[in-house]
Amino acid sequence: MSNTSAVTERVFREEYGRVFATLVRVFGDFDVAEEAIQDAFLVAIDRWPDSGVPPNPAAWITTTAKRKAIDGYRRERVRAEKYAVLAGASSNGHQEIDILEDSSLQDDRLRLIFTCCHPALAIEAQLALTLRTLGGLNTREIARAFLVAEATMAQRLVRAKRKIRVAGIPYRVPPDDLLPERLAAVLAVIYLIFNEGYSASEGDDLIRHDLCAEAIRLGRVLIALMPDEPESRGLLALMLLHDSRRDARISSSGEPMLLEDQDRLLWDRSQIDEGLRQLTFAERRRRPGQYQIQAAIAGEHAQSGTPDQTDWPRIAMLYGLLTKLNPSPVVELNRAVAVAMAMGPEYGLEIIDSIRDELDPYRWMHSTRAELLRKLGRYDEAREAFLHALELAENAAERSLLNKRLHEMEGTSRGAR
Amino acid sequence: MKYLLAIYGDEKAQENIPPDQQEEFMAGWFKFDEELRSSVNVLAGDGLQPTGTATTVRFKDGGTVTSDGPFAETKEQLGGYYLIDVDNLDDAIKAAGMMPNLPFGGSVEVRPVQVFEQ
Repeated sequence: MSNTSAVTERVFREEYGRVFATLVRVFGDFDVAEEAIQDAFLVAIDRWPDSGVPPNPAAWITTTAKRKAIDGYRRERVRAEKYAVLAGASSNGHQEIDILEDSSLQDDRLRLIFTCCHPALAIEAQLALTLRTLGGLNTREIARAFLVAEATMAQRLVRAKRKIRVAGIPYRVPPDDLLPERLAAVLAVIYLIFNEGYSASEGDDLIRHDLCAEAIRLGRVLIALMPDEPESRGLLALMLLHDSRRDARISSSGEPMLLEDQDRLLWDRSQIDEGLRQLTFAERRRRPGQYQIQAAIAGEHAQSGTPDQTDWPRIAMLYGLLTKLNPSPVVELNRAVAVAMAMGPEYGLEIIDSIRDELDPYRWMHSTRAELLRKLGRYDEAREAFLHALELAENAAERSLLNKRLHEMEGTSRGAR
Repeated sequence: MKYLLAIYGDEKAQENIPPDQQEEFMAGWFKFDEELRSSVNVLAGDGLQPTGTATTVRFKDGGTVTSDGPFAETKEQLGGYYLIDVDNLDDAIKAAGMMPNLPFGGSVEVRPVQVFEQ
């Protein structure tokens, strides 16, 4: 019995997006599709323990959900007709629904992704809708993952669905002239979901890790649907390579671990291999983009057995490419680190000084500057930078890491004097 | 679907455009108007006189009160509108994106028209 319910749950998680996307196309309405799919799963929970799981559970759910939705329409139509008679008006009824048309199942999910990530929706709404409809997460799970009240998240979803309907956001894969811009929006949403889970500094870690897994799953779906888009593959590679370090990123006492201090034996080898494979595949198209470049950087780290073996000149070069494509002071800060490692701390410091004002509120700029000043033996300035970073630190774990670096330096600097 | 494209811009900044550029700016609007009407179904479209000519009517103490000026003082003012009938929001966004005031810092608000079911 419990085996059946586990299967039902698995089918729910894995097939929700697929089934939902088809139902939205058939019925043209998010709410009708959602209700129908819930009804169908209730039937499954009721029947499968006795009848056994059907050979193609997704098809079974889709068919049952369609039947449920049509029943709902019929009931509504009967009600509407009665009302019409009472009101003395004639009823237009509903359009006939073609339930036999079941081709291009894959296109349905792609349509759904583009609809959920439409730029006319607020970014929070895009994230929530994508997780709700394609990921099959329920409102409570999404609310917990984004650290907002369930009622707030429910409201957000209702508003977003209403806007899709009322504002006429089309349910389609955008035409060629809109595709590059809209695909970029889809990739951004998937990457935001991933980062929401990856850079979690508070909240329930387990749920947050689910977000990483969910983003990777969505990335895979996108590649299955649009295999020729190198940036989609670049994004998947990037997420796989980052996520491969998840077990090494937090020490046993719960502190964040810097890349150079991580136990590289804890990195997930098979995930690294897959990430590198996806990246190679993407790079063959010879259409570089920000995700491919970031994946290439993560790939360099992943392939270095020890921090000393890291190919810093290549990483510095890759950050240079990224800066040209996507100029941002944070990317420049990362380039500064790579340049410092490749050529010496003074060269890195030179880059940081050029973006110092812009990044003044950014704690990592101060901590990075502190590290480089320490390496140059400029201990007084380093201490000042560490203290500045400490002031800006956002949580206890960050503060404890910074304090540790500061104390290590005080030890060395005293020794040096 | 019907959409209202409400065209906003900074009136003061537009007044300060030199005469020769003013002509160019208007020529841009006429060209846009022609292009829009040849590509989508335009139900109505007009430019409005500046907000200095606006009059606001309110209800107060059981009677109407008329006062000088726009409904609200804002940085950008409503300067014109189009009412179009297109397939979906993307088509409306495309039409809005062609407006010649955008390069001058203006903006266009796209609003679906409410439909009452009979």
